[in-house]
This record gives sequence, C-alpha cells and structure tokens, in this order.
Amino acid sequence: MSALLDVQDVVAGYKPDLPIIHGLSLTVAPQEMVTIIGPNGAGKSTLIKALAGVLTVSSGMVRLEGRDITNLPTHRMAEASMAYVPQVANVFTTLTINENLLVGASSLPKSEAKTRIERGYEAFPDLKRYRDKKAGVLSGGQRQMLAVARALLTGPRLLMLDEPSAGLSPLMVSEVFERLKALVEDGVAILMVEQNAKAALAISHRTYVFAEGRNRIDGPSAALVEDPEVTSIYLGAGGRKR
Amino acid sequence: MLQAIADGILSGSIIALGAIGLTLTMGILRFANFAHAELVTWGAYMALGVLSLTGAFMGPLAPFSFGVPLLMATLVAMVATALLALAIDWLVYRPLRGRANHLTLVFGSFGVSLLVRMVILLLFGGAAQYYSNTLQIAMKVAPGLRIMPDQIFTLGLTAVIVVALHLFLQKTRLGLSMRALAENPELARVNGIDTRHVVRWTWIIGASLAAIAGVLYGLTVQLRPEIGFHLLLPLFAAAILGGVGNVFGAVIGGLIVGLAESISVLFIPAGYKLAVPFMILLLVLYIRPTGIFAGTVGGGKS
Repeated sequence: MSALLDVQDVVAGYKPDLPIIHGLSLTVAPQEMVTIIGPNGAGKSTLIKALAGVLTVSSGMVRLEGRDITNLPTHRMAEASMAYVPQVANVFTTLTINENLLVGASSLPKSEAKTRIERGYEAFPDLKRYRDKKAGVLSGGQRQMLAVARALLTGPRLLMLDEPSAGLSPLMVSEVFERLKALVEDGVAILMVEQNAKAALAISHRTYVFAEGRNRIDGPSAALVEDPEVTSIYLGAGGRKR
Repeated sequence: MLQAIADGILSGSIIALGAIGLTLTMGILRFANFAHAELVTWGAYMALGVLSLTGAFMGPLAPFSFGVPLLMATLVAMVATALLALAIDWLVYRPLRGRANHLTLVFGSFGVSLLVRMVILLLFGGAAQYYSNTLQIAMKVAPGLRIMPDQIFTLGLTAVIVVALHLFLQKTRLGLSMRALAENPELARVNGIDTRHVVRWTWIIGASLAAIAGVLYGLTVQLRPEIGFHLLLPLFAAAILGGVGNVFGAVIGGLIVGLAESISVLFIPAGYKLAVPFMILLLVLYIRPTGIFAGTVGGGKS
C-alpha cells in the first residue's frame, strides 16, 4: 500500500541558512496514527510547520497522495486534503466560535461551508452551545476541540497536530486523545507531535523519535515502549525527559 | 462653546475617516504607515484634478456647494488613491515585508510620504485651492451655532461609511478574513486564507476612505499640499486612542481628537492647537497603550 504522506530528507529552519532539521524522513499510511517524539530542539515542530507550508523546505520532498506538495503556498494546503492545527494559539480569540469555523471553511463554496459547519456542530455539540461566544472565553481543551473541528471542515485525509496536549489538564488530554482516535477510525490519518512520550506511544500506531534534527528510531509504538534506547535519547541528547 | 463642539465633531469625523484606513492597515499589515496621511492629500488633489479636467461645476446640488461632478471626481479619486496605495505596497512595502524589520518599513513609509507630498506640490503648486468658489452661507441652527450644509453632508457621509464598513467586516467573507488576518496571520494562512488577496483589499479600502476624507477636508476647509502633514498626528492619535485595528475605536478616537482640538482653542492660544493631538497621544500611551477599546479589526465588543 502506498503511503498517504511521504516525506523524504526534508531540510528546513526558520532562516534559510540556519537549518534546524537536517534531512528528516517519514511516512504516514491512510488511517494511521503516527506520533513524533524527541527531546526539546529535536525539530519536531519545525518539521510539521515545514510540512504545513508555514516554513520553507530548503531541500527534500513532501508528497501527499502521490502529489508533490513541497512548498505549496500555505493557504492551498487545504485543497491538498491536509489540515494543520498549530500549537497553543490555534483559534482566533477575537472571533466567535461560528466565525472561527467560517474562517476554516473559507476555501469552500459558501453553501458547502454552511452544511459542513452544521455537520461539525453535530460532531462537537459543545461548540454549538457557544457558537456566538468569542473563542477567547473557551478553556484550553475547548479551544483544542474547536481547532480540530475547524481543521476537519475541509475534509482532510491527513490531520497534523502540534502538541495537542500542551497546557491541558490530564482529564482534558485523554478527552482530546479519545477524539483523535475516533477520527482515525473514521478514516483520517493523523501525524502528531507530542511532548509526552508515554502518552504518544500509548495512543499511536507508529512513532518516530527525532533528536537534533535527525531521525533516530522509528517503529511500532508498542515495540518502542520497551526500547531502552528511546529513554537514552531523551537523557543523552541534552534534553530533559518530560 | 456650542460652535466649538460642532466644529470639533466635523473635523473629528474627517479625522475618523482617515483613521479608519490607518487603523485597518496598521492592524493587518502590522506597521505604522506614515504615508497614510499623504493618501488623504492625494485623494483630495486627485478629485481637484478631475474637476479641473472635466471643467465646469455643472451647477451645485442645492443646498450644497458641490454637484454631481464632485461626486464623480470623488469616485475617480478613490480609485486613483487605491492604485497609488497598491503601487506603493508593491514597490516599497512588499519587498521589505518579511525581510526587513518593522522599523525599516516605518522609515520607508516616511520616505514615501515625502515623495507623495512633493509630487503633489509639483503637479498642483503650493497655493491653497478650493473645489468651488461659490460662497456658502451658513445656516443658523441655534443661537451661537452656525453650520454649513456641506458640513452636515460630511457628518452624514461619515456615519453611513462607518455603518457600511462595520457590516462589511461582520457579515462578509472578506471582512471576516481581514479580522482573522489581523489577529493571527499564520493561523489565517493555515486556514486557507490567501493573505496577499486580503492585504490588497485592505489597501483598497483604507486608501478609498483616505480619499473621501481628503475630499471632505478640501470641501470644508481648503486644499493644501500639507493636508496630510497636518493630519498625520491627529490620525495616529485617533487610531491609537481607539485601539489599533478597531474601526469603531478609530471613529470615537477621531471625534475625541477633533473635539479636543476645537475646544482647546477656547482656553489656549490657537497656535497650540496642533499640539493637542500630540498630548492626547502621549496620555494614551502612558495610561492605556492598547487604546480605550483594545482589540483587533472589527470593533465589536468582546
């Protein structure tokens, strides 16, 4: 089976002459949940930003469904059936819940946007209750749900999330993770950066461990849980275990 | 006193129109565009240029001092000002955006403003000019209060524009995109918003409003190449007072600045009037740097 997302030797960083990731590769199969873990500064978020088109890929190749999407303008990623939920500032706090969803559907025709938003409300009834409230009043967990609901409006086959558990209470984390698991069962593949290595290994099918901008280990998450090398990368690469 | 308040509301509404455009471009493009005030001058003179080319005044629409030609000239001036703003963005700001820091852009806008002012001076000369030489008789509205019909027109037009702009920002897709872009450009792009398209429209709207402000200034005061220079501080004071990006804030800010200027004349020598917006600006920056109605584009209450 061919991969949904195929990333090969991607080099990227915040400045063109200062790469943070030095040739990372990974694949995501349809309906697969893949997590990326690694110590601070491993380049996890940098990679996901480069894949989403927020940062420029200076060399390497990104393919989605066999199509080359390397350095596609950010706003056209949605058409390429991929969606990205950034870390922390992932909703427009000055806009209402409904407006947030409207923004997420801005690449769709208006009537289509409306029906998809209604469908989104069915899947996330909590959001419907607050639809005319500013997103700024939502809790961290509710914001994360809103961000996910918004990302799903365009019907992506791949959803990328940057540390969806950051700043959430443990209870909320498990709620968000349950939600993501359900999405995978519905046919969406997920690529997720996670700070909490244990939680990441527990929830995903496969996991990549990065350190210092390079691939270190990857494999089925269940196998990595017992791998002593994973622990040593966390301890040895200059990052504290979190 | 009554007269001072009426005059203040009038000049305040012109300041407000200019400040709306300034607050929009500042909120969305994230830099202080010092050339915005020159767009006001440019708009005023473009309308004059069209009038002098098309010739006669074709008879005013009573009770106003102007007629259909000025209205048409205003539309042309709006287009000409929008084109100038887009050209400036394309030639100066866009190459700098993303590569240089904000201060470079601000200095760039200083240069642009000087250039625009000099071009106007070159084309139209430095002498004060008027759209019409017909003298307008002020109506006595109340004891000690005289208002000219043109001034009432100015107020009414400002009110209509503010309401229309509010509806545009609240109800349309483009307006929503502008508000989203003002809050978080990266998130807006991730959500499928083509930011370059939105930036273009921000310039078009901001410049068109500046042109209208210029024509209204020319109509109720006079045309001089220094209009922009004199409006620069009041515009910034109004925009910052209202909170950068906040349309209603800019309107209220404009009215406060206008009123403060005209009322101050009752207590201090008129020569110091120009310092009043500067004092307001300083006070706001000291006490509430985010403006009275801190917020991003849209202006709704949170």
